[in-house]
Amino acid sequence: MTNKTVLHAKHVAAGAKMVDFHGWDMPINYGSQIEEHHAVRQDAGMFDVSHMTIVDIKGSGVKAFLRYLLANDVEKLNVSGKALYTGMLNHEGGVIDDLIVYFLADDFYRLVVNSATREKDLAWMSEQSADFDVTITERPEYGMIAVQGPQAKAKVATILDAEQTAAVDGMKPFFGVQAGELFVATTGYTGESGYEIVVPETMAEDLWQQLTDAGVQPCGLGARDTLRLEAGMNLYGLDMDESVSPLAANMAWTISWEPSDRDFIGRKALEAQKAAGDQHKLVGLVLEEKGVLRSGLKVMVNGEEGVITSGTFSPTLGHSIAMARVPRSIGETCEVEMRKKLVTVQVIKPSFVRNGKKVF
Amino acid sequence: MSNIPSELKYATSHEWVRNEGDGTVTIGITEHAQELLGDMVFVELPEVGESISTGDDVAVAESVKAASDIYAPISGEVVEVNEDLEDSPELVNSDAFGDGWMFKVKLDDESELNDLLDAEGYANSIDED
Repeated sequence: MTNKTVLHAKHVAAGAKMVDFHGWDMPINYGSQIEEHHAVRQDAGMFDVSHMTIVDIKGSGVKAFLRYLLANDVEKLNVSGKALYTGMLNHEGGVIDDLIVYFLADDFYRLVVNSATREKDLAWMSEQSADFDVTITERPEYGMIAVQGPQAKAKVATILDAEQTAAVDGMKPFFGVQAGELFVATTGYTGESGYEIVVPETMAEDLWQQLTDAGVQPCGLGARDTLRLEAGMNLYGLDMDESVSPLAANMAWTISWEPSDRDFIGRKALEAQKAAGDQHKLVGLVLEEKGVLRSGLKVMVNGEEGVITSGTFSPTLGHSIAMARVPRSIGETCEVEMRKKLVTVQVIKPSFVRNGKKVF
Repeated sequence: MSNIPSELKYATSHEWVRNEGDGTVTIGITEHAQELLGDMVFVELPEVGESISTGDDVAVAESVKAASDIYAPISGEVVEVNEDLEDSPELVNSDAFGDGWMFKVKLDDESELNDLLDAEGYANSIDED
């Protein structure tokens, strides 16, 4: 049984090429994924991300629960609407999922988690919440549209009413507000400014159409992947999973070690890993000559092996980029085995393009 | 269903061959093949003067999605390659049977053309995919 988002008919009517994405029939592109990519870097594009899972957690114990459940610390969120990126770890320190948590009120937080991990995430949260006074509610009655690009906010502004305009006015990055019937957040997965908009399913098609009429380019999962990779953002299942520590996935910055007496799931395992210094690390690779670095290719570092977790052709840079998990001894270059040849590539921090510009 | 011009010959590995009538043929990949591959980002072509035999992997079409070998649909000597593809690999997407051509071959044996599929035969072969 294939799931369809509330916008499925819109994609088919627009001639999108549809693919199965973890059980969802989703658009991979509407013609050219490279043109869609450029639309987001230069103007404005939108993605149907209604397949993602929204989970509302309420109750008097919600803050204590999330401080135990998540590696980042929701204690940092003290202004209503502020959001945080975090891993949800297992007891061995592996990443069950990466997610965004919004602080909406002292007894109300909203989580947005991956669709591919929905069932295990909900089961894990439910299991871990047993000792806390919380109610965990999935919100499938909402669709979600990400509008991204340098002109994204201006184009969204043309379709908001006065009340909504006032609600989103002056929002800083990584915030979410309720604006009329829309929940509008300044988050995204492209390295551009823009919004992620949670919309009641009954209004989703109209919103998609209004955005189309405002000149926002519909974009598929193909462009979403090249954009997030250029931005150096991890994709769950490729760049990390339950067998990978956040220390080996460029997610060390999402672990809140302080206060040291906060007990969160995975803490003991991470402390041991940190003390041992035995984790690989996630780096960025750049190949300026012909060829495309692909997920799964072997990386050679001083006689040791690493692996490319995500690789692609970067439409913004005009050459290939990748993320790779490699031994910590790596220097400024390494070798990748491509089509039976060893090719030397440049090693950088995993961030390639932000706000339309090369950043390495 | 993608376009399959009736005046061309085809290989099951998705190359098309146009007989230029002077002992040479022009070769590219089909519209169906470029649709499967998606946006093209690099095309590696054979060298002019290279001798190729049917079934050799002689070129690579690399798209955002995958690298795909292109096989010689026929034997002969490469006499020209489409240098426009160096800077504009997207021509393979926008005009697979025209400006997206890849290379020209002087045939060793014109009768080899008879071994290739006609449009109907190719259409049937991709139905079976």
